Amino acid sequence: MKYVDEFRDGKVARTLAGTIADEVRPDRRYHLMEFCGGHTHAISRYGLRDLLPPGIRFIHGPGCPVCVLPIGRIDSAIELARDHGVILCSYGDTMRVPASGRTSLLRAKAEGADIRMVYSSADALKIARENPDREVVFFAIGFETTTPPTAVALRQARAEGLQNFSVFANHVLTPSAIQNILESPEVRELGTVPLDGFIGPSHVSTIIGSQPYEFFAEEFQKPVVIAGFEPLDVLQSVLMLVRQLNDGRAEVENQFSRAVTREGNLKAQGLVAEVFELRDRFEWRGLGEVPYSALRIRETFRDFDAEVRFDLPYRSVPDHKACECGAILRGVKQPQDCKVFGTVCTPDNPLGSCMVSAEGACAAHYTYGQFTKDSAVAEAS
Amino acid sequence: MSENPKPVKRGYIRPLDLKHGKIELSHGGGGRAMSQLIDELFQPAFDNPYLRQANDQALLTRPDGRIVMATDSHVVSPLFFPGGDIGSLAVHGTLNDVATSGARPLWLSAGFILEEGFPLADLKRIVDSMAAAARAAGVPVVTGDTKVVERGKGDGVFINTTGVGVVPEGIEISGDRARPGDRILVSGFLGDHGVAIMSLRENLSFSTTIESDSAALHELIAAMVEAAPETHCLRDPTRGGLASTLNEIARQAGVGMIIREDDIPVREEVDAACELLGLDPLYVANEGKVVAICPPESADALLAAMRSHPLGATPRSSAK
Repeated sequence: MKYVDEFRDGKVARTLAGTIADEVRPDRRYHLMEFCGGHTHAISRYGLRDLLPPGIRFIHGPGCPVCVLPIGRIDSAIELARDHGVILCSYGDTMRVPASGRTSLLRAKAEGADIRMVYSSADALKIARENPDREVVFFAIGFETTTPPTAVALRQARAEGLQNFSVFANHVLTPSAIQNILESPEVRELGTVPLDGFIGPSHVSTIIGSQPYEFFAEEFQKPVVIAGFEPLDVLQSVLMLVRQLNDGRAEVENQFSRAVTREGNLKAQGLVAEVFELRDRFEWRGLGEVPYSALRIRETFRDFDAEVRFDLPYRSVPDHKACECGAILRGVKQPQDCKVFGTVCTPDNPLGSCMVSAEGACAAHYTYGQFTKDSAVAEAS
Repeated sequence: MSENPKPVKRGYIRPLDLKHGKIELSHGGGGRAMSQLIDELFQPAFDNPYLRQANDQALLTRPDGRIVMATDSHVVSPLFFPGGDIGSLAVHGTLNDVATSGARPLWLSAGFILEEGFPLADLKRIVDSMAAAARAAGVPVVTGDTKVVERGKGDGVFINTTGVGVVPEGIEISGDRARPGDRILVSGFLGDHGVAIMSLRENLSFSTTIESDSAALHELIAAMVEAAPETHCLRDPTRGGLASTLNEIARQAGVGMIIREDDIPVREEVDAACELLGLDPLYVANEGKVVAICPPESADALLAAMRSHPLGATPRSSAK
């Protein structure tokens, strides 16, 4: 497949890995956080860890929208569908995220709530047009990549006067989460999470550009490389980070120059700014309350804000006691450190959110990571 | 008493309106309407000596050898898709489940669950296609059943088929027989069926030239088993695709497997559609492909047998 196969070429990958092996210093480790679940998935799926020298350590970040959605928010979505009788439109991978009391959107649907899986915000609009006598709520989640389509849907609903449509907004922001991790006690004081550099998500940067990372590259002296999601993109960005760290540099570099610019997509940014504004704080699963880390619908669009329309209260709910998703999302633990990983908690029957989406660290490790060279050796020894 | 009694005049029954008619609850009620549906639609389409007996069961002569039986319920949406429909799929799916034991399929049963209001024209299309598939495969539908559920309680039509077959002497095919060193062979391009179906789903429609690979595999499998009777496992990688099938066999046999991505045949269009939808072609459904696992010394004979059959024209083998 053109423009894809080129970035998955095994021979080039081995050459790149060889260059990385030549350049890493034997006396140090390189702790690189891949912020985004898409990278976690690519690293696991293509077996990149097996190609790289042992000094390179990947630390999985919280960049998986389904994983960071707190239980309280899913509870609210279920409440909308069950108690307010709305048609709740949700992206597919949110359906299985565990909520309070062993429920989930999928279970609520089985019990009779009208919850429909959609592929885009446009599908939700269509359902609203087709059901004028029903309230239709779009359960909007995601980072900067899915925010502009939600903004477009809100604008369109207002332009059409689609009174029965509203949005339950849960859009979150990448840079605030990275900053929160860098300021966490584990990184700053305790040193339990050594972090040397970041692999930044390129799709987010096609929207926001590479500029927003410049602040903490400078402030925290951590290099950032904006990377694509193909295996060669990831390997190249690892090489770029190794070189920066070897040189003692902490810059924002752009590996994904085929689509990312410093400024990003100004039109999309404009749309988002017109419809959304910053929330003072927002709860993330694993990170807790993070200041200025999410968006809410502006006053000018409040008629289409489901939180206002249905007067939804927010209740914070702690994770299941045995679940280590919180620590895994902060990079403090690895999936295999969790007692319930692969036993009580599997992709078919997830206990924690990291086991739900293909982008979740646990799901990626469950699907691809259990059978790598390392784990085979570990089991044999 | 008259010597020539007047013949009893049979009441006129208006024939089924196969153009504009709809399924009604009475079509499943066991009365005249159901008889009419059987007499005018099912019986002529599936016609064979077993059905002509017009009993509630088929009387079958016990074949020699070990008997296999498989059942499969079909709930595909949409009902009609490029390369097939629920009718042909219901025949192929069950025949393939029987055939992957190495068996020769002998008989099929068919159970229909119809939704009130379902167009008779669509039902006729499905039944005709199903009958054509069974006839082409040389396996008669020997017994059947029809039920009708209220509008809103079904999805147009559900079809359950059960197949019975007989396994030739000396054939031992089972998922737990895969052994270290065996070779893994697939009979052609993977993922066609799943992508063809997905291209028609509401909210997802994209245009593609991909057609479902739905096909009856028993003749191909018979040729394979004849050429390599020592074949260890055969399976049709339907829902869950090749990856799920191999995972199942690996668990069953307690072995690990290595497959080379480059050796796995996937059409470029299927690859592209999967890329777009975030799917892995190895996990996408097939309805006319077979995976074979055999000792390395039989791989060439098996591959040659597959290649000489039209349904196995593009097989590949991979190490294990």
